[in-house]
Amino acid sequence: MTVSQLFALSLGAILVENFVLVRFLGICPFLGVSKKTDTALGMGFSVIFVMGTASAATYLVNEHILKRFDIEYMHTVAFILVIAALVQLVEMFLKKSAPSLHKALGIYLPLMSTNCAVLGVAILNTQNEFDLIGSVVYGVSAAIGFTLALLLFASVREKLEFSDVPAAFQGFPIALVTAALISMAFMGFSGLKVM
Amino acid sequence: MNEILTAVLTIGGLGLLFGVVLAVSSKLFAVVRDERLELLVDAMPGANCAACGYSGCSLYASAILNEGAAINLCPVGGDSAAETFAAIMGVDAAKPKRVTALVRCMGGVRAKKKFVYAGINDCVAAARIGGGPLECSHGCFGLGTCAAACRFGAISIVDEVAVVDSEKCTGCTLCIEACPNNIIAMSPYEADVQICCVSTDKGGLLRKICEIGCVGCRMCEKVCKHDAIHVENNLASIDYSKCNNCGDCAEKCPRKLISDANFDKGPKADDSEQITANSDNDMDGNE
Repeated sequence: MTVSQLFALSLGAILVENFVLVRFLGICPFLGVSKKTDTALGMGFSVIFVMGTASAATYLVNEHILKRFDIEYMHTVAFILVIAALVQLVEMFLKKSAPSLHKALGIYLPLMSTNCAVLGVAILNTQNEFDLIGSVVYGVSAAIGFTLALLLFASVREKLEFSDVPAAFQGFPIALVTAALISMAFMGFSGLKVM
Repeated sequence: MNEILTAVLTIGGLGLLFGVVLAVSSKLFAVVRDERLELLVDAMPGANCAACGYSGCSLYASAILNEGAAINLCPVGGDSAAETFAAIMGVDAAKPKRVTALVRCMGGVRAKKKFVYAGINDCVAAARIGGGPLECSHGCFGLGTCAAACRFGAISIVDEVAVVDSEKCTGCTLCIEACPNNIIAMSPYEADVQICCVSTDKGGLLRKICEIGCVGCRMCEKVCKHDAIHVENNLASIDYSKCNNCGDCAEKCPRKLISDANFDKGPKADDSEQITANSDNDMDGNE
């Protein structure tokens, strides 16, 4: 892939096909850890980290194991296995070698191991038949898009805390309405032809 | 049949591989956890008051273990906690110097009011309105923000001024942070004589606005045989490294604002009644 193709791929993954707001992947952390912007940022960085490494790992497993034995239909199971093991491994590694980074990402890493956004990016990589660099770029960009959505949503929710919300809408209902509005705003990017 | 076997074997093999890798790396990347950390955390009082200088009990515990922090920094746990930490760490317990909070104001009903405050029952809110209801800019409003901040029930409001029960006080400093007027300070638990005023106003002015505040008359300075008490900026202060609790200054103080635990706490009951009556008269006169 050329650099301009990679750039288009990355921009597309961040804005046009935003994982959370357009593809509706990773909704659980989107609603769960979006109450404060700093936790949202922490989660976002964990996702970027995990999705980047998971894209590479799943690409290698897909190319060298699943394709060789001609069992690509097993990719969902295989990818879940790879991602779960990878997250565990990364967590152990960080705990030992980069305790400060582990402290910052630590509590979010286990949450990522079974996240559909991570599995989603792995499956999309194989569906779109990206090469290794393309997969990693797509994974990282998708995660940046996820972080962007999470951060936007968290900052809106922080403001919502102080607004006068009708009793029936307090808490999650108004958060869901907000999420829908942000999602509609991102739909506006669909006219952008970058791919 | 062969297809199923390939799938099972491949995925099973992958699982086995990952399992082995994880098992090996868990040994390889094992972080040596000191079991003393858990013991230390358990021995902490768990108030998370941050008086030790670390933001929370568990952080202090790890600081003791990893950074060689002193074991006697916990004012809440006091001697017993320091001894427990010492036992866990295998070092001698240096006893922490027990401190107690001191409300350095005895004004209350004896301090003249600028206006009658009827707002939110909170000193911070009161301080926002024209610097508070007292004429004195260094006075206790007696609205109990410190008492609400105290987790040990050591502060009560008596005659519109906060009073610390030094037996209950753990020296956690939460009240110091809560007080908007910076009136509360830590003082040695053993100290019987304490200056209960922080006003640096000149004597003449202070006499008009408070019945009890320090006017800087230097009477205590003269009477002290140990060179422990000095007046600076119209305010007496005690150097506790020299003070031996003799109580001469408390006895001699014409304003009776030096409290002496051996003698009595503050002015005598009948004294205060008299003064209160006086202050009432004063206020009527002004109105």
